[in-house]
Amino acid sequence: MYLLWDSWCGVCFQKLANIDLQHTICTFLLYIYIFYITIMTSTIDDSDKEKALSVSVDLNNDTSLLIDIPDALCERDKVKFTVHTKTTLSSFQKPDFSVPRQHEDFIWLHDALVETEDYAGLIIPPAPPKPDFESPREKMHKLGEGEATMTKEEYTKMKQELEAEYLAVFKKTVQVHEVFLQRLSSHPVLSKDRNFQIFLEYDQDLSVRRKNAKETFGSFFKNMVKSADEVIISGIKEVDDFFEQEKTFLLDYSSKIKDSTARAEKMTRSHKNIADDYIHISSTLSSVSVDDNTALKKHFEKLSDLFEKLRKVEGRVASDQELKLTELLRYYMRDIQAAKDLLYRRARTLADYENSNKALGKARLKSKDVAAAEEQQQQCLQRFNKLSESGKRELTSFKGRRVVAFRKNLIEMAELEIKHAKNNMSLLQDCIELFKSS
Amino acid sequence: MATSSERSPPPFPEDLEPEPDEVGDQDSDDGEDIFLGTDNPLEIKMDPSLSASDITSSTKPLSEASSPPVMDLLSEPASEASSAPMVDLLMEPASEGSSAPMVDLLMEPASEASSAPMMNLLMEPASEASSAPMMNLLMEPASDDLKEPPKPDIDPLADIINDTPLSEGKTPVAAMPQEPPSDLFDDEPSELFAEPRQSNTAKQQQTSIFDEPDEDLFSEPLGEASKKPQNDFFKEALAPVAKASNVCGPLSDNYNEQPTDIFTEEAITTLPSAVSTVSVNSKTNGVHSDEEEPDIFAEATVELSLDSPRNDRKKKEAAKPSASASAPAPSVSASASKPQPKTLEEVQYITLEEEVEDKFELNISITNPEKVGDGMNAYMAYKVSTQTTLPMFRSKTFTVRRRFSDFLGLYEKLSDKHTLNGYIVPPPPEKSIMGMTKVKVGKEDNSSAEFVERRRAALERYLQRVVFHPSLLQDPDVREFLERDDMPRAHNTQALSGAGFLKMINRATDSLSKMTIKMNESDVWFEEKLQEVEAEDQQLRKLHIMVDSLVGHRKELSVNTGGFAKSVAMLGSSEDNTALSRALSQLAEVEDKMEQLHQEQAASDSFCFAELLADYIRLLGSVRASFDQRMKTWQRWQDAQNMLQKKRETEAKLLWANKPDKLQQAKDDITEWEAKVTQYERDFDRVSATVRKEVLRFEKEKARDFKKQIIKYLESLLQSQQQLIKYWEAFLPEAKAIA
Repeated sequence: MYLLWDSWCGVCFQKLANIDLQHTICTFLLYIYIFYITIMTSTIDDSDKEKALSVSVDLNNDTSLLIDIPDALCERDKVKFTVHTKTTLSSFQKPDFSVPRQHEDFIWLHDALVETEDYAGLIIPPAPPKPDFESPREKMHKLGEGEATMTKEEYTKMKQELEAEYLAVFKKTVQVHEVFLQRLSSHPVLSKDRNFQIFLEYDQDLSVRRKNAKETFGSFFKNMVKSADEVIISGIKEVDDFFEQEKTFLLDYSSKIKDSTARAEKMTRSHKNIADDYIHISSTLSSVSVDDNTALKKHFEKLSDLFEKLRKVEGRVASDQELKLTELLRYYMRDIQAAKDLLYRRARTLADYENSNKALGKARLKSKDVAAAEEQQQQCLQRFNKLSESGKRELTSFKGRRVVAFRKNLIEMAELEIKHAKNNMSLLQDCIELFKSS
Repeated sequence: MATSSERSPPPFPEDLEPEPDEVGDQDSDDGEDIFLGTDNPLEIKMDPSLSASDITSSTKPLSEASSPPVMDLLSEPASEASSAPMVDLLMEPASEGSSAPMVDLLMEPASEASSAPMMNLLMEPASEASSAPMMNLLMEPASDDLKEPPKPDIDPLADIINDTPLSEGKTPVAAMPQEPPSDLFDDEPSELFAEPRQSNTAKQQQTSIFDEPDEDLFSEPLGEASKKPQNDFFKEALAPVAKASNVCGPLSDNYNEQPTDIFTEEAITTLPSAVSTVSVNSKTNGVHSDEEEPDIFAEATVELSLDSPRNDRKKKEAAKPSASASAPAPSVSASASKPQPKTLEEVQYITLEEEVEDKFELNISITNPEKVGDGMNAYMAYKVSTQTTLPMFRSKTFTVRRRFSDFLGLYEKLSDKHTLNGYIVPPPPEKSIMGMTKVKVGKEDNSSAEFVERRRAALERYLQRVVFHPSLLQDPDVREFLERDDMPRAHNTQALSGAGFLKMINRATDSLSKMTIKMNESDVWFEEKLQEVEAEDQQLRKLHIMVDSLVGHRKELSVNTGGFAKSVAMLGSSEDNTALSRALSQLAEVEDKMEQLHQEQAASDSFCFAELLADYIRLLGSVRASFDQRMKTWQRWQDAQNMLQKKRETEAKLLWANKPDKLQQAKDDITEWEAKVTQYERDFDRVSATVRKEVLRFEKEKARDFKKQIIKYLESLLQSQQQLIKYWEAFLPEAKAIA
């Protein structure tokens, strides 16, 4: 940890040297939080292990390959994760090692997996979303501007709240990256992937090249083609009922879950707003109590205390809903997209097979290249069958995984809601009794 | 004491009626004789007539004194009744002589005490030289060294009026004796007498003063009171009185330049002693004496502060000594009044519970808001039901229909009548063109129903506050509003009418003049309270904004939860795992209930908390208005004093210029303005006392109201949390049932 502090300071002062003053101060402040957060995550992560696993509970209990991210460091918009691996597999040189990885490396790994032909029949775990610290940062900025309109106490509380939010975002980011790796490690096929092993083992900076403009455009174009292709392929008659059903289900489900996610986000934000209102009310009440000299003085004080406590509980309600509900929905939104991609790839091979059938028909008509066409057709069929088979397996396991995850999270959320409500209740009861007795 | 209370008031008129006659005669006849000479016979005739009118005006209320006592603390009968002993008290050089009547006075504040000094008064002018009757009035030297004082008396006074020859110096002196006596006679003794008399005789009055109709509280201690504390109190009371007379001693021997100053100091020493005895006289327990004290202190301090500006004016050159004389006065008042409000509040807080129970004799509720008419002429009519056991109403329960503008009209009437006296008149809810238009247009949506409900509740609280106020409840307009079936339509309450516009202009000029008045606040209490009120107003406004935003966010949460519930329901419907699908639709149901819960909570945020704050922001406006009213009366008094000063100067000039024809006019003016000054001063005292009382009452009510409403609000929060637990607990097994 000391080492980390040293390197962190080094980074900071380097930055300090060449960035203009105002920015520097801002970033410096941010660094301080970040360092704090780093420490926090490293300590919290152990206790939160279970929580972190909540999204991907299907992980097998195989201890041959255990991955976690004990540390992370945020530098501006770059996040450096320390990926720690513990293994008994002989394919690794050491049983225990850590490597520094950036978000881009994760993306590279994901893309590499997606592009591997052999994995076409698998649901590739969705890539972790890009860390987004913009919104808390922006809020922090706004808070700094609005400092004059608030009392000092209020400002401090708001800042604390924002720091907590920042911390939550950071924790979440670390968690989704971890989950991505854990899902790979628990997958019987993907855990054997060469790229994955390189990702885990190579102790230097992977320094994957960022996509340049052309490539970015290329991938965008590819996406366009893909969606156009999807439309074309959708016309092809499905041969397997299972996949037909899955397809309609996933299409429907993905749109629904998208909607739910957006709404859950809104709901969580409203909870947060209420918690913020409580801060303001509490601090105004306390200043009222300062001015008041009547018997009400202590009532106002009590009320101010109460609102401060209620705000903490309300904040917990918000963050727990975010973690247990919104995050779950968000993750499965991406997972379903991955499942849909699998379906697309299968449909693509089906289309290929149909095309090769047609080609074979034509070749037979012309009695030209029949053997080549036959071989082609056989290959396509084989590929399609293989894909269907593994796809079926994957989708079934996906379904089971989803149900288990939902169950776990819903139970936990209900329990937390009850816990918070009980907390609130006892706070309120105490306060009411105090009021009535005086 | 009961016997004395029965016995004491009646002798007042009989014993004292001849006395004012004498005083008045002496005052006018002799005074004029000495100072103006005999060359103007007209004046001699005029002045008696004037004094006669004084007497008639004062005897009238005097006769009332025996009948139900008058509310006004500074009323004439008291002053008349007490004038004699007071003179005695203040002027008698012998310490025993003064303390004796004082004890008499306290024991039986009537016949003997007042008759004895009156005898003095009657005797002295008769026996002693008529050359100095003025001195009689001023200080009544013990009838031996009478001949010497008059000369030095004139001299210093002549000094005060700079560069004026002796002959001129006489005129201010002529003014002097008239004034200080009137001051002393009218005001200060009135406290001494008015208070004990009220407490002895008039329970009803007690209620009107302290707005606590605690007859039990008052009468119980009466029976229980023991003799012992009384004696102790008397001993204590004697000491300051003796001191006071010691102060008087040097006064007569060594005639001082500042007679009024000494009088004020005496007032300080004698009044507190009076206070302690008053509390004994009234023979109540601690609760009552605590209540009474601050009031007397208040008046005492007002008295003192009033004296000092007068000194200022009289001795322009001697401004500094008078300032120093006035300086201790506020400090005395501060030390006297500061600790009092606290104990007072505590006492009131304790008696709160009983009071609340007492108040149930009048119950008002407003129900059934109904839309009457169509289109833009439509209005909401509310059913005002009253349940009462008060005898002032014709029946026990009655109901009338009133529309919103009737409520406004009631407020206009009440505020016209009572704001002038410094009462805090509870304001009705504001006109809301937006809200009403929505109702008028007839959209039966949520927001207009909410608006109507909120207004109904606000009107109910408004009316309850009005009838809760003991003085406002007595107002015939309130009774009419509650009882009369056909209420004449209130005028000038439309928001967009000519009258409304005029009101706006008036308000603007009012606030402008408020800024121009610079009141040198003589009472720290008012200064502090005003600051407190202003600070509180600001804080409450801020809090109101915050709570409004909470309401907004809570509503948003409700809407968002509703949206999520629907969305989850859809998700559940497309989920292919049956158990999960069921759980999701259960979750949707839970969230649906949450939506309802949040909505209800938002409503109670708004009704219990935001409305409470809005009410008090409005009420604080009224409190400030009563402070403003006090300032206005002060300004009027000051203006009158300035005017009087000017008139005096003109008179002096005329005398100097020797224009007797105009002199009479000037004299008349002076008398007129003197009367006005006294009147305005009295007004100011009265308003100050009322404002103080009202503010204390307001604070008490506020504490009660806030406590009640906040408990209600917290209970609503508690209830919604309980519901929340219930819903989630019902959901938990469903979640666990997902296989």
